[in-house]
Amino acid sequence: MKCPKCPGVMRTYDRNGVHIEQCENCRGIFLDYGELETLSRVETQWAQQQYGPPPAPGGPAWGAPHHGHHGRHGHHQRGWVGMLFSS
Amino acid sequence: MAGGLPEALAGVAGVSPRAATVLKRTRVTVVRAGELVVKAHEPGTAEAALNARLRAAAALPDLLLPPASDRALRVAGRLVTVWPAGEAVDPAGDPAAAPWEAAAGLLARLHATPAGGLGLPPAGGPDRVARALARLAGAPGAPAAAAAAVRRAARTLPAGGGTGTGLAHGDWHLGQIVRYRDRWLLIDVDDLGLGDPVWDLARPAAWYAAGLLDPELWHRLLSGYVSAGGPAVDAGDPWPELDRPARALTVQLAATAVAAAGEEGRPLDEAEQALVSSCGRITRAARRQ
Repeated sequence: MKCPKCPGVMRTYDRNGVHIEQCENCRGIFLDYGELETLSRVETQWAQQQYGPPPAPGGPAWGAPHHGHHGRHGHHQRGWVGMLFSS
Repeated sequence: MAGGLPEALAGVAGVSPRAATVLKRTRVTVVRAGELVVKAHEPGTAEAALNARLRAAAALPDLLLPPASDRALRVAGRLVTVWPAGEAVDPAGDPAAAPWEAAAGLLARLHATPAGGLGLPPAGGPDRVARALARLAGAPGAPAAAAAAVRRAARTLPAGGGTGTGLAHGDWHLGQIVRYRDRWLLIDVDDLGLGDPVWDLARPAAWYAAGLLDPELWHRLLSGYVSAGGPAVDAGDPWPELDRPARALTVQLAATAVAAAGEEGRPLDEAEQALVSSCGRITRAARRQ
């Protein structure tokens, strides 16, 4: 297979299940369909192994779900504001 | 205003009842009269304790609105105190525009104040849980499933909780700060006293844990508190200290809400339902332990 950018020849590599063609001349890389997604997935897995899962948003064990996933609670806002001001 | 307590309170301020405005008329009655606010405290308020709290407010004018009277008066059988009028946070405004950082700073500095020489009674926080549960028990027509969920959560709470020796406001929420002479100050000394200051953060913590308080606003309060030197929670993780009082406040708020719905013969609104759901999660979390 010929490199689409230069007159070089593409060589095929298999790395951890990812199929890569690399040009021997300009070192450009060609990925097959779906291989970029595979790389992203592998990268994410690697990052999680390195750094652990993202920290859980602070809260008690009995806290309402979805904290921090959506920054506002619009459907509640109007209904409960009075509570902020009462004993 | 017709005759009665509000009229008598206007008289205390030396203002005609016509020129006075009733700000609150529940178990306490509060009247604004010109540049003064006159408050009739709950029936049964202990006079010596209230006077000790007035003295503490007068001694801490950077934290608490200074009273205009140095002792409680007796008017129409009620204990009455007089205060300069401040500007409250607008309850109709955007919660994000509320002075969360100023409030956090006030609580942090209050909690860092040595309470030893002030001669104060215990803070009122923990008592309020029991009072809310008693109100729920006596509320006719409280939604039965919700009331049962609140009572189950209440049974998971450890007894006690009023043993601290720090200085605590005892009933803090956004209605408890006013702007006076260009600065924010805490008001309402009725529950001020010796206790565990973390209880003052427990109500907003309960709102947050119920999914009601926007995480960003909770963060503003908490980080403002920690950065102002607030001693009640750990900067890294506040929940070991907050967990127990926040559970108690959730039960208190839910009990009050379910009782009020029963007394008013209406269903729970969405926010009240969120507090009852929180009670359910408290019970389940306690069973997992």
